[in-house]
Amino acid sequence: MSLFQQVTVKPWMPVTGRVERLYSGRSFFAPQKTIALRFFFAVVTILFSLLTVSYAERMAFEVRRPLPETWLLWSNAATLIFSGIAFQWATVSARRQRLSELRRGLYVGGFFTFVFLAGQLLSWHQLQAVNTIDHRNPANAFFYMITGLHGLHLLGGLAVWGRTLGKLRQGFSPGVVPGTGSGADLTRITRSVELCTAYWHFLLIVWLALFGLLFFPGGSLPIICRAF
Amino acid sequence: MTDIAPTDAVYVPPAEVEDTELHDPQSFITKYIWSQDHKVIAIQYSVTALAIGMVALVLSWLIRLQLGFPETFSFIDEAAYYQFVTMHGMIMVIYLLTALFLGGFGNYLIPLMVGARDMVFPYLNMVSFWVYLLAVLVLVASFFAPGGPTGAGWTLYPPQSILSGTPGQESGIVLMLVSLVIFIVAFTMGGLNYVTTALQGRTRGMTLMRLPLSVWGIVIASILGLLAFPALFVGAIMMLFDKVLGTSFFMPTIFELGEQLEYGGGSPLLFQHLFWFFGHPEVYIVALPAFGIVSDLLATHARKSIFGYRMMVWAILAIGGLSFIVWAHHMFVSGMNPYFGFFFATTTLIIAVPTAIKVYNWVLTLWQGDIHLTLPMLFSIGFIVTFVNGGITGLFLGNVVVDVPLSDTMFVVAHFHMVMGVAPIMVVFGAIYHWYPLITGRMLDETLGKFHFWVTFLGAYLIYFPMHYLGFIGVPRRYYELGETGFIPESAASLNAFITVAALVVGFSQLVFLYNLLHSLFKGRISEQNPWKSASLEWQTPQKPPVHGNWGPSLPVVYRWAYEYSPPGTGRDYVPQNLPPDQVDAPHTSGPLPSGAGPLGTGQVAGTMEAEK
Repeated sequence: MSLFQQVTVKPWMPVTGRVERLYSGRSFFAPQKTIALRFFFAVVTILFSLLTVSYAERMAFEVRRPLPETWLLWSNAATLIFSGIAFQWATVSARRQRLSELRRGLYVGGFFTFVFLAGQLLSWHQLQAVNTIDHRNPANAFFYMITGLHGLHLLGGLAVWGRTLGKLRQGFSPGVVPGTGSGADLTRITRSVELCTAYWHFLLIVWLALFGLLFFPGGSLPIICRAF
Repeated sequence: MTDIAPTDAVYVPPAEVEDTELHDPQSFITKYIWSQDHKVIAIQYSVTALAIGMVALVLSWLIRLQLGFPETFSFIDEAAYYQFVTMHGMIMVIYLLTALFLGGFGNYLIPLMVGARDMVFPYLNMVSFWVYLLAVLVLVASFFAPGGPTGAGWTLYPPQSILSGTPGQESGIVLMLVSLVIFIVAFTMGGLNYVTTALQGRTRGMTLMRLPLSVWGIVIASILGLLAFPALFVGAIMMLFDKVLGTSFFMPTIFELGEQLEYGGGSPLLFQHLFWFFGHPEVYIVALPAFGIVSDLLATHARKSIFGYRMMVWAILAIGGLSFIVWAHHMFVSGMNPYFGFFFATTTLIIAVPTAIKVYNWVLTLWQGDIHLTLPMLFSIGFIVTFVNGGITGLFLGNVVVDVPLSDTMFVVAHFHMVMGVAPIMVVFGAIYHWYPLITGRMLDETLGKFHFWVTFLGAYLIYFPMHYLGFIGVPRRYYELGETGFIPESAASLNAFITVAALVVGFSQLVFLYNLLHSLFKGRISEQNPWKSASLEWQTPQKPPVHGNWGPSLPVVYRWAYEYSPPGTGRDYVPQNLPPDQVDAPHTSGPLPSGAGPLGTGQVAGTMEAEK
């Protein structure tokens, strides 16, 4: 039953006698954690959308937009893409029960994420070098704030990634035949990996949008704001 | 794991919702302090919110003392007055009402009302409370910081909020912003839990349209919070950077004491937009749970099904959606484009339509009902009257041409106190009187309760009706002292003194309520199993108060909506949600059903469903 159908039922009418009336403990087919994560995506989307709007509004009449080295920004974006690919690889491996590849995918995904965060820190350092004391320039301030908030979200993701690795190790502790894992363990781990992957893909999309916003001089949003 | 049911089955298998991983308390600490039980967390949230609410109450007394009797109290200077006003507003809106409705009532009621053992993420729920407590502690710390708490007004408008001359400019504003950021983190954890539990954690038979309206109100308010709080988060972070790091997100080029500050180019209006993009949905974050809860109180205590259930649900959804496109009606005097003013005035007035539908439905629920003038009913009626009064003055203020002269006057103060202060607090009181027996197993004292109601209800009108008049003659809000102002007659001072006396009396009656809460906890009359003979699921647990896990060995099965009062042809006063259809005609008992639930896990013959026809 679709959500629309669910909210158009007349509960005061006599039940029509179909057994399925007894069901519907859930509104969506997805597991609880997936639903919660989707709501969290909505929250984060609103957060970064508001930052984008604020950026456009504030930058409407600012001419100078100092940037870190462009090659670094491109390589950072590429690193996060590699990370997303690795997580996708991990998910596919988990679903196919290829455990060594799953582990490898998770490690590679985590490694590229750390590289990305290190790259972001380097870009902060570079920006500091190009303009030392220009507090008032909003481009600087937005750059630090937006990349910082994005990085914090990735750090949160890494915490879950660490827990997933922990589960992976737990699932193959003594008592469980290495390389096989029990069904329940694998289901649990697969779900965690799927959630991590969805989160990484989401943060990649956010980053690409922010990348376009921050690093293309003469971006269209401030121009639109200026028109008003 | 599927919720697709076989359409032709005659046997109903056990529930297939994901069961919550419960963490059974092993010690005093895990039972009462680091508890993951939603009921304990609800009480932790409520006690913390009420405690900080008491601080706000005392602050309101101090504000009124200054307004009613200026130049009398030496300890209330200009700075202190603005600090009291700011902290009173922020505490009441965020740390009391939001936390109490969602963290308190939401936590307690959602799992019980949907037939779950706990929230879907109990650990996250626990963390949510402790982070909320941290936010409250940071806020309280600002009272003891050098320079005291911020006195920027609860809206915290820059540039004034972070400039010298504003009380609390040293550290109070920083602590306030940090506290808000922490609160939002706490709320996000809680909000995700409430929404997911209501959507995905319901027991078998609990369809969305069988949910009590309390759950609808709380859940939609949680969604509003999840989508609106990021705006405050962004605004708070940016202002924090302006204050601490010297950025200029909101700070324009500005001179202070003849010297140009290092700020420049920032947009104070941007903050106003961000603040009110959060601020207006916040009104409904407080109001929607009140709408939902009061619907349940009215139906139960009038022994009548709620009138227009579907319309009530849709109205909640419509109000929730519309609340995101009205924010700039708080900014009519900010110099916005007149076309924007026209748009926002129109959307504001449109919100009156679903709101009015709800008011009509409440009144029609009472119409020809068997009205029991219990304390929850008294407070519910008090809510309807107060909300209508406050809502109608909102129609005045929603129109640009009327708003402009009334802006920043006491009329506005009277309006929002009626509509989102007194009205929701009436529901809070009604709800506490209603669910106290469920939570503690004892009844609150009725005589003290009636004293509390009449003093609060009549007192609120003695405070706020005259305040409208003050605003109408031009008395501005946020003024420490009126002094000699040509257009304000001297009688305004007498009226202010009268309001102050009324406020002190109303404040005192809250202490009576507090005494009642504590006294009844130990000495109150032992409650019956279901003292209000309520049909909704939270009263059908095997034990009262409900124990850890709520439902004993098996989850309940729900057969009908929560408003089956005085059903024709059954001879029953009410039918609990989980009473199997074949037992509806059986002799009525007011106690819980055996095992508190339908025959879950043992199977249920489909033919019994036919009996419901």
